[in-house]
Amino acid sequence: MIPRDTPARRATAARPRSLPARAGIGLKPEHFRAILQTRPDLGFVEIHAENYMVAGGPFHHWLTRIRERYPLSIHGVGLSIGGEDPLDETHLDRLAALLDRYQPESFSEHLAWSSHGGNFYNDLLPVAYDKTTLARVCEHIDRIQERLGRRMLLENPATYVEFAASTLSEAEFISEVVRRCDCGLLLDVNNVHVSCTNHGRDARDFLASLPLAAVGQIHLAGFASEVDSLGAPLLIDSHGAPVAEVVWALYRHALDRIGPTPTLIERDNDIPALPVLLAEAHHADRILEGLLPVVAESAVS
Amino acid sequence: MSADFAAALLATDGRCPPGLTCWNGSAPEKRFAVYRNNVVVGLVDALADSFPVTQTLVGEDFFRAMAREFVRRTPPRSPVLALYGEGFAEFVEGFPPAAGLPYLADVARLELLRVRSFHAADARPVTQQHLDRLLADQAALPQARFALHPALFVLTSAHAVVSLWAAHQSESAALQLAGLDTTQAEAALVCRHQLEVGIYRIGPGAAGFITALQQDANLSAAAEQALTTDADVDLTATLGLLLQAGAIVGITHPRRTHP
Repeated sequence: MIPRDTPARRATAARPRSLPARAGIGLKPEHFRAILQTRPDLGFVEIHAENYMVAGGPFHHWLTRIRERYPLSIHGVGLSIGGEDPLDETHLDRLAALLDRYQPESFSEHLAWSSHGGNFYNDLLPVAYDKTTLARVCEHIDRIQERLGRRMLLENPATYVEFAASTLSEAEFISEVVRRCDCGLLLDVNNVHVSCTNHGRDARDFLASLPLAAVGQIHLAGFASEVDSLGAPLLIDSHGAPVAEVVWALYRHALDRIGPTPTLIERDNDIPALPVLLAEAHHADRILEGLLPVVAESAVS
Repeated sequence: MSADFAAALLATDGRCPPGLTCWNGSAPEKRFAVYRNNVVVGLVDALADSFPVTQTLVGEDFFRAMAREFVRRTPPRSPVLALYGEGFAEFVEGFPPAAGLPYLADVARLELLRVRSFHAADARPVTQQHLDRLLADQAALPQARFALHPALFVLTSAHAVVSLWAAHQSESAALQLAGLDTTQAEAALVCRHQLEVGIYRIGPGAAGFITALQQDANLSAAAEQALTTDADVDLTATLGLLLQAGAIVGITHPRRTHP
């Protein structure tokens, strides 16, 4: 049988399998219909893998239709790469099946753990930056990339505590993982701001010490503000607010170093109407366009 | 190390695991509480999404306190949270503060079936013509077997579980609840047709008939089962409902197979 010649299939055949260096948004069930009805001009959409690990029903119905029209990033939140448990091979099988079905341009996961002793805690929990954890994280990423037959992007975390057992800095740890596993980096600029604020570090210095050449995607999101027991700012990676001005500034700073990069506007809580997210994506697109060399601009006009 | 961290996430005494540091020497308990809050609130929110009528029946504060207890005792065993809530109805049933609402656990059971139906596998319903051809073939009819939709579930309850659920699907819920006899036994047919999950009130005979079909009984055996439960059961109407609900996805009988 001849495969249907959908836009997605044409795209797969015609160009390298990567996201465009444009802004995308997280795909939310609230926006399924609006996206198909209004067909907004978006670089890509991103889903959380685990939300679509169901047998059938409306989620697959809508994602199938939206995926035919947009590049897709699949972002896992449940592999527990930093966990002490062995990798959950059943979960990895589910993930492989999902990637096989939707053929995303990008797959990413977190430097964090979320399961222990067979329980799933539904949060991205922090790891100690020591040699034991480094070996385990690398072993897990090697296995994931082998099982999925593709390179993955690893996201830098937002953290609220650090471990006395850590012997490496976060940037050293991430650099070593990227080097050993040859995986990419998903640079979450909001997480950089949140973690650096929470641990008294300079965000620009931290960025400079990351393996920026490996960045394949950027995440931008909003945070919530609290204070710790001494009254110092304690920022929470809430994904429940617009991207803050300080994060936009750090984003521009990062792009100056790495060039145009696919950029996701992440919003998982207090989800606004689609046009609100599209406006944030448009803002990111304008910043990305500002990076184009002048010669390219005049060639277009 | 993760074991201590994980245990403290679900603990209620505000302790935090050993070995945590903070750059400015602030108390790690306050910072660790962010993780505990993310975990517990996130899982309680997941239950609130899946059990909205259960929540309305007891109020948000009561529901969240009850859900927190469940989360601490029964954290998810899978990263696929869509179906988290297996066992919640049984927990509600044995939760002493909810003992005054004997129907609450069955409402939770119905809501879990609704979630399972929403995410169940897809299947294409047979057409009216398929069914008509079968009904015309009187000789083959008793031996026929129906394949029912993977998104189909039947729930029988000693309480007015469908009426309670239905009364919360509109703005005038309070009005409809006023005259409701919650001690009236009811059965529910839950099935997804295209993108919508339908919940239908059915009689005990219809429930017996559909359950027998689901267990691969042929029409004759399923009808017998239904009539044993309820001598007045209307099997034609029940078949009509199954068809309307998109619940019949295959028909097999000794001579022919559809589709």
